[in-house]
Amino acid sequence: MAKDNPTSTGVYDDDVVRLFFGATVLWAIVGMLVGVIIALQLAYWPANLGVPYLTFSRLRPLHTNAVIFAFAGNAVFTGLYYSLQRLCKVRMFSDVISRIHFWGWQAIIVSAALTLPFGFTTGKEYAELIWPIDLAIAVVWVLFAINFFGTLATRKVEHMYVAIWFYMSFVLTVPVLHIVNSLELPATFGRSYPIYSGMTDALVQWWYGHNAVAFFLTTPFLGLMYYFMPKAAEKPVFSYRLSIIHFWALVFLYIWAGPHHLLYSGLPDWVQTVGSAFSIMLIAPSWGGMLNGLLTLRGAWDRLRTDAIIKFFVVGISFYGISTFEGPMMSVRDINALTHFTNWNIAHVHGGALGWNGMITFGMLYWLAPRLWGKVHNEGWVNLHFWMSTIAIVLYIVAMWAAGLTEGLMWRAIAPDGLLQYPNFVDTTARMNPFFWTRVVGGTLYLSGVILMAINLLLTVRDSRGGNSAPLSAAAAK
Amino acid sequence: MNDTNHQNDTWHRRMLENKGGLFAVLSVAAISVGSAIELVPMFTIDYGTEASENIHPYTPLEVVGRDIYIREGCYTCHSQWVRPFRSETLRYGEWSRAEEYVWDRPFQIGSRRIGPDLMRVGGKYNDAWHFDHMKDPRSTSPGSIMPTFPWLYDWSWTPEDLKASITALHTLGTPYDDATLADPGKVAMVQADEIVKSLATANRAVTPDKEIVALIAYLQRMGKDGRAWLAAKEAAASPPPAAPAMDPAAAPADPAAAPADPAAAPAAPAEPPAPPAAGGAQ
Ligand code: HEC
Ligand code: HEM
Repeated sequence: MAKDNPTSTGVYDDDVVRLFFGATVLWAIVGMLVGVIIALQLAYWPANLGVPYLTFSRLRPLHTNAVIFAFAGNAVFTGLYYSLQRLCKVRMFSDVISRIHFWGWQAIIVSAALTLPFGFTTGKEYAELIWPIDLAIAVVWVLFAINFFGTLATRKVEHMYVAIWFYMSFVLTVPVLHIVNSLELPATFGRSYPIYSGMTDALVQWWYGHNAVAFFLTTPFLGLMYYFMPKAAEKPVFSYRLSIIHFWALVFLYIWAGPHHLLYSGLPDWVQTVGSAFSIMLIAPSWGGMLNGLLTLRGAWDRLRTDAIIKFFVVGISFYGISTFEGPMMSVRDINALTHFTNWNIAHVHGGALGWNGMITFGMLYWLAPRLWGKVHNEGWVNLHFWMSTIAIVLYIVAMWAAGLTEGLMWRAIAPDGLLQYPNFVDTTARMNPFFWTRVVGGTLYLSGVILMAINLLLTVRDSRGGNSAPLSAAAAK
Repeated sequence: MNDTNHQNDTWHRRMLENKGGLFAVLSVAAISVGSAIELVPMFTIDYGTEASENIHPYTPLEVVGRDIYIREGCYTCHSQWVRPFRSETLRYGEWSRAEEYVWDRPFQIGSRRIGPDLMRVGGKYNDAWHFDHMKDPRSTSPGSIMPTFPWLYDWSWTPEDLKASITALHTLGTPYDDATLADPGKVAMVQADEIVKSLATANRAVTPDKEIVALIAYLQRMGKDGRAWLAAKEAAASPPPAAPAMDPAAAPADPAAAPADPAAAPAAPAEPPAPPAAGGAQ
């Protein structure tokens, strides 16, 4: 490893970044295709073709695991491996561990895809993977952490940039959540029972589940935002002091918020109240982060019209703002009484997922492609992809908001005689149908955008192989 | 990120940003406070003897059925959690108490209601209704979007598999007597035969080893202990009740006694308007 001139390209391990990059695109297509299939099954139930392994209830966990751990996970690793080396001005600690991390993570994803449809599941949301896979996750993660801290230990830059703080809380918190929630006693190779039962199990699960959103889909993406947004805008981050307050407040407050998934349940009242209160407080650091990201563009707003990458980032950060406004509102007990169990939750989740995780990832991939391979094959398609995704998100979440409000109100409607106005559950189910079809259209459009991106990026790689273009020799780190 | 101007010279930069180890320790500390305060009390929670006397562990056959419920992912469409609102107690029955879930590993309270809540579905329909519904939900509930589960009528559960489950649950603290521990398959078969008999009287033919039988056992069990316990508690609290304190929905619970024609089973809950539940928001 030539360490003499760490700022020249070639010193950094960009091959592992390219691997994660490819995996991100591949799993985006797979995970969202499964999303479209289950969306179709809710609109038209026979779409499962009568096959057990394609039935909604077995594919839905595959969708959530694939998009969270495969698509979003690989996206984070792509950006983290790229930026960490540059922020530390050293190569990753160990090329071997980087490879084990990459292939181990993909093997975990493949084993998820080979178990969930066949009914091997723990039955806990986003923690459905069976215990042998849980063990593999823990091992791979420990290796990743060694690689991460090893790189930090050998860094040539004295101060850790704010993106690294967010990465660090991701690297440290995810295994804590995963291990505590996965403590289970195996009965057979494919089945286990958690050491917790009943409401305790529920609380542990939602402490995990909500913080999977926080420390898997939020903090590492904020790290990406703090690195790639200033890079793309060619401006320093808006406020350094704000990033300090916002980081510590966010990680401290987030961990308390889980019980907002269990309002009006058998959980002790004080836990519900605490969960609700901290969820409402979370709006402050969340919006602090959003403003810090958006205002990085100060004085360069005109780029919003011309630069597709900036557009992806700005829309992504805006959706982060919308979701983190909506979430605290949904944690208010009386609002939660209406929205819980309904499609409103699905609108909320996908505002964050499609808007924030998706758009930040796409912007980042388009920014990285010229630096890893060469000029993006077709700039026009990048812009087209931006508009396809934006329209798709609007279709998806407006439909699900309307659906959620409709069913929430119908379920609680009491007729003048004091009885339920819609006693037959299927009455509300029938009303969902047009909304479900709208989501199929929105989801298909979003997926088509991703496929367009995949083709564009493949052609970009081909161009560079043919010698038609070469990586930008960007002065690596600052 | 390249701004090196003086305003960035904070204590944070001088004390923390150059120390990876200390930074790591503090960020773990930041997540430990909330985790410990919320989780630890729940690890030690004790619902007392009242719960353990009234809420019984699942029978072996019900464990098989519950594992099928988990395997098929019914929780992606169904909750098991009635909230203390009038609109919910009217639709589903008594609201859910924490004690009722003590034997639930894993918990299955769910987070979505693409279909109705199932907390109190036990005894709501007869066995034949479930038998038809799981095969073709549209046959009992026109307009349903629930998938069909035809394979449950072909696939069999095995005593070996069940034994592994019962042993694990017992290790974790679920009390089972020695006879059950020795041969849970045998105990399960006795219960399965009962269900097969009740189905036979309604002209539904199936062998006791089929998964659908175990699933029906679980569905018919759901929420029943809790309902009986709450009814008894209410009766004890108000000695001479003007209205029958017992939940009427619990009355036609004997599946064999229920009407043979499953289509005649009530499609809507048969419960009378319940009094507004404590803590209800509406
Ligand atoms: C795609 C979502 C979906 C899945 C998956 C699903 N259900 Fe349903 N379920 C529904 C809907 C919608 C209804 C209401 C209409 C009806 O009765 O079919 C329903 C109704 C029911 C009912 C009747 C409840 C009542 O009070 O009337 C039972 C029992 C039931 N489902 C059991 C199951 C079981 C067991 C599974 C898993 C093997 C399952 N469901 C999987 C959507 C689903
Ligand atoms: C083409 C794009 C997508 C489509 C069509 C889609 C569709 C769906 C559908 C139909 C469901 C089940 C809804 C229900 O139970 O009612 C779902 C759930 C979910 N999806 Fe997606 N999805 C897409 C992309 C994503 C992405 C990119 C992510 C995350 C990064 C994501 C995260 C989730 C999560 C976490 C849930 C579970 C929500 C909950 O339990 O409340 N989805 N999705």
